[in-house]
Amino acid sequence: MKIRVHVSLKPGVLDPQGRAIHHSLEGLGFAGVNDVRAGRLFELDVAETVTDEAIDDMCRKLLANMVIENYRIEKVAA
Amino acid sequence: MAFTSAVITFPGSNCDRDMAVALEKVSGTAPHRVWHGHSDLPQGLDFIAVPGGFSYGDYLRCGAIASRSPIMQAVVAAAERGVPVLGVCNGFQVLTESGLLPGALLRNAGLNFVCREVALEVANAQSLFTSAYEAGQVIRVPVAHHDGNYFADDATLDRIEGEGRVAFRYAEEVNGSARSIAGLLNDAGNVLGMMPHPERAIEATHGGTDGRGLFESAIRGLVGA
Repeated sequence: MKIRVHVSLKPGVLDPQGRAIHHSLEGLGFAGVNDVRAGRLFELDVAETVTDEAIDDMCRKLLANMVIENYRIEKVAA
Repeated sequence: MAFTSAVITFPGSNCDRDMAVALEKVSGTAPHRVWHGHSDLPQGLDFIAVPGGFSYGDYLRCGAIASRSPIMQAVVAAAERGVPVLGVCNGFQVLTESGLLPGALLRNAGLNFVCREVALEVANAQSLFTSAYEAGQVIRVPVAHHDGNYFADDATLDRIEGEGRVAFRYAEEVNGSARSIAGLLNDAGNVLGMMPHPERAIEATHGGTDGRGLFESAIRGLVGA
């Protein structure tokens, strides 16, 4: 079973990397970009027996830092 | 009475030796050196230091993997029993990731790695780690970090400030830290995390000795003399 975990900074948490990427896009001449937030994508290949609760637990215990980040779990069709 | 301490080493730690030298110079007793894969600490520790560096290559998030290593389970348990724990730089990141201290350390607001001596104000001179200083005293200690921008939500910041848990503040702009927090205590006062490196300001040949007071405070507070 393929799982994607999308981790992003919570709203309100300063993202200097996103800001630098934004500036770079503007420097390349792309107009109309209002904001950029950088995140992270994990692709997991897990056994069919792994429960949703276990995947949620993995996110909370390691993949995301719940102080500053949110996560979203996506199951990918094989 | 001998001062019994331990310095934890993770793969990628690079300030563990400096920390061990500082503890030995100030206390007269060499600390135990403890590898991350151990699940037990030496018996009868007075003090545990989690040093700086780039544990596990800063993979995932700074300090994240180290904070889940076997030895950190033992460090967290010791801290909860009241054993003093000092985390410096990457050690501070490990302590926030492990939940011993609130908040998180984000990429520096200016995006640059900052490596220089900075001015710090001693915000709380009553703690185990800071009693050798005067409240409001400005000391000079080196920093060397890319992710030292302290973040916590406003309610947490209000609470830690109200409880006097800010040990050190930057007396100049360094990394964008919320409320200029450079060093933070836990609620019981036995855990201190800080981005600046007191262990790099122990002897005159380091360019300054302002970091010495931190070790003197702890050693005097724990074993007298």
